[in-house]
Amino acid sequence: MSTTLAPPREPPEAPADLSSRRLTERVFRVRETGIIAVLGLFVLITAVIQPRFVSSSNIQFILVDTSVYALVALGETMVIISRNVDLSVQSVLALSAYLSAGLFGHVHGIPIPVVFLVGFGIGVAFGAANGLMVSLGRVPSLVVTLATLYIIQGIDILIVGGNEVVASSLPSGFTAIPNVTVLGIPWLAIAVAAVIGIGAYYLRTFRSGRELYAIGSNPEGAQLAGIPVARRVFTAFTLCGGIAGVGGVLWAAQYQTINTSAGGNNFSLIVIASVVVGGVAIFGGSGSPVGAAIGALLLGTINVALDVLGISSFWDQAIAGFLLLVAITLDRLISLRLAAALRKRSAHDGT
Amino acid sequence: MDPEDPGRGADGRDRGRPGQGTTPDATPTDAAQPTPTPPDLPPDAAQPTPRPPDLPTDAARPEAAPPSPAPAPEAAGPAGNGDQDRADGAPGTAVPLLSLRGAAKSFGAVHAIVDASIDLYGGEVHALVGENGAGKSTLVKILAGVHRPDSGQLLVNGTPTVLHGPAAAQDAGIAVIYQEPTLFPDLTAAENIFMGRQPLRRGRRIDARRMRAQARALFERLGVRLDPGRICRGLSIADQQIIEIAKALSLEARIIVMDEPTAALSAAEVARLFDVAATLRASGAAVLFISHRLEEVFEICQRVTVMRDGRQVLSRKLAGLTADDLVRAMVGRQLDDRAADGHHTPGDVVLRVERLTREGVFTDVSFDVRAGEIVAFAGLVGSGRSEVARAIFGIDHYDAGSVTVRGRPLRGSSPTGAMAAGVGFVPEDRRQQGLVMDMSVQQNMALASLGRLRRAGIISSKSERNFAADWALRLRIKFGRLTDPVSQLSGGNQQKVVLAKWLGRQPSLLIVDEPTRGIDIATKAEVHRLLSQLAGNGVAILMISSELPEVLRVGDRILVMREGRLVAEYPHSEASEETIMSAATGQLQGQAR
Repeated sequence: MSTTLAPPREPPEAPADLSSRRLTERVFRVRETGIIAVLGLFVLITAVIQPRFVSSSNIQFILVDTSVYALVALGETMVIISRNVDLSVQSVLALSAYLSAGLFGHVHGIPIPVVFLVGFGIGVAFGAANGLMVSLGRVPSLVVTLATLYIIQGIDILIVGGNEVVASSLPSGFTAIPNVTVLGIPWLAIAVAAVIGIGAYYLRTFRSGRELYAIGSNPEGAQLAGIPVARRVFTAFTLCGGIAGVGGVLWAAQYQTINTSAGGNNFSLIVIASVVVGGVAIFGGSGSPVGAAIGALLLGTINVALDVLGISSFWDQAIAGFLLLVAITLDRLISLRLAAALRKRSAHDGT
Repeated sequence: MDPEDPGRGADGRDRGRPGQGTTPDATPTDAAQPTPTPPDLPPDAAQPTPRPPDLPTDAARPEAAPPSPAPAPEAAGPAGNGDQDRADGAPGTAVPLLSLRGAAKSFGAVHAIVDASIDLYGGEVHALVGENGAGKSTLVKILAGVHRPDSGQLLVNGTPTVLHGPAAAQDAGIAVIYQEPTLFPDLTAAENIFMGRQPLRRGRRIDARRMRAQARALFERLGVRLDPGRICRGLSIADQQIIEIAKALSLEARIIVMDEPTAALSAAEVARLFDVAATLRASGAAVLFISHRLEEVFEICQRVTVMRDGRQVLSRKLAGLTADDLVRAMVGRQLDDRAADGHHTPGDVVLRVERLTREGVFTDVSFDVRAGEIVAFAGLVGSGRSEVARAIFGIDHYDAGSVTVRGRPLRGSSPTGAMAAGVGFVPEDRRQQGLVMDMSVQQNMALASLGRLRRAGIISSKSERNFAADWALRLRIKFGRLTDPVSQLSGGNQQKVVLAKWLGRQPSLLIVDEPTRGIDIATKAEVHRLLSQLAGNGVAILMISSELPEVLRVGDRILVMREGRLVAEYPHSEASEETIMSAATGQLQGQAR
């Protein structure tokens, strides 16, 4: 070309820039190590002030209490990774808790696994409805799930009314679920951790899992790359709903008195906060359910710690909000720093 | 490629599936087409087995499958197959790898293309040129499977094919490298290459190690140093394109469409890309190369198709054509290429930059720009030109040095301060930085002049409209209505809107960064004339450009940057492409290439 005189080509070298990889890997690991550090610090400080905090029964309590949040955070993570959000998990959980636990009263001797399946099915139905509207209707998920949050809540009130499922109608095998321990660790926490591990493994090592990240990273590019975007997003919402449904059954086992307020008014937001505090980018593309679970554990620990220290629960929410800001700021800072570092590297390599 | 790759087989890829639904009516080109097989044969018989593009690096290259013999590496001249339209290397009896005939596509009332035809043969780099709005992008999107033509026929390997989506295009062996690559910034280079087709191991799990090894092998074939495990965020556009090309290779694409791949590249990166294109061509693939830079077309292409107003107006062998011929075909008239009336007598110093330094980005940069003078900033992409401009305008901070505008020092890190001092800045990336794409034409134009258009704090849309209409007329901006979103305008007109936005403030210093990137030739000449006119009116202009012809045509004085330092300065009369490039690359002439 007349306008260019190329400098001599550098010989292709084997990956000379391993250091950039190390840098990125380090930074990405930091996202999770950072919050583990915060968690450790919190436990330490609280334990120094109030040694009772690290008693085995208290730790068991925290683990059990966190389990449902961490589990639902797994589904929420999949949705958020694909650059969507599901606000409706809390009403799905509440409805599933009432309907599935109510089965014990209606169908005598119904096996517990069947109840879990029913809860899962209820969640899948609502999740699929969300997924259909988002993926095919192309309505922003924030709007769709805000709507279904209220709609499902309405259905819940309609069905439940003033009724409630009481502990006496539940079989003892069911209500014992949160109390069973293995080597002092709640069985429930182990099971949830295993499910989260499977979820994380799936997202990391299966094509459809990686495609969720791709969709969240660049939705248009995903379309151009021939990824079945609609189907993947639909699946993420369906799974998220199903997991919330299972969460409802666990909620019933744990609290045993189920009325319209199961899950609480803030459940969805706490789950989303856990996911973001756990290092999942709110605009998708990066993060893992393991981080989200640690995020849930951190928020749960703070909740209990403040209780143990006798601090008003007002501070609990304020601290959760503060952590959220820290997480988002850190996320932003890290990605800016990272981009700058990588840009500098390619500027050096580029010519 | 790895023949044992289970991922490949699992795709269920079958190229050249006989398409349903296309009209088999004979288009005019049909008669001239030397199709050796009747179109209604079963696809397997009619279609040559597509071969993976072995690159010449594999020394032992088997001879190509019969119907598409390997092309002669350079212009070996098939001399006398009687077909003038044939590329140098295109074999006389071959079916085109891809052939689009009489395609039309409308979006609502807009006829994007009316009658587009193109034949791509294996072993050729085929240029597609035309002004913005001529329908090139629509044609690309048809080939990419994004749009389906309203009428016309697409043949892949001689088989009528309907592309139902991007995935179908991929399966048909068509890969598209977009001007702005569509990577996943959060994922690694290897994942970007193999997304959806990752090599698998037992249990349909992704074999990450093999994926990285394969990506590394692809990069080696392309002769680039890139870490497959690197996250793609922050990669230069050139490297992003390399990843897209590696992806095309891994797809064993036989038809590679490059949509203005060189628009954002430095000279060295362009040279690298051309090497890759030559390699692809030598492997028997067809490359469709779209560019506004005709010198590039002449450098690497064998055949050319010119489009104008949605129609093919010329499609033939490039040999024997001149750049003027192409330009005439593109614009349909002779073009006045000269930038207005040449060069001006500079007045007082408007901008004085002294010892400006930003750690690790640029060092000790000093220069003046006078009223009525166009100073062109040349250098490779990444040499720090844009960064200096951004620091002057106060977008980025600087660590040392000073910037003075009309004798008054500018406080750093304050675009507002720079604007108040009469500096205008037309950024490099108009879509991201120069325009608010969802806002209307008139809102965009008025954006920098809101203070002036305000009456008691309220901006009346009437004064906004008058302001915009005035500038639209002066800059000859083409648009539907002033209230249309600016995203509907063509690239050249968008750039004019950005210019109008700043001209409305009557700046005494205008900084323009790559003012004509991705703009067609006619508009480019207009922008040049406009800059020249502004300088004639006493505006000081600092222009950053990677296009040397532009630098030489427009610049009264040319500054060259290399690795963050100002390394050379030439008055217009002494500059040439060679002197600038040798200063920019830090080499003596003749040593390179």
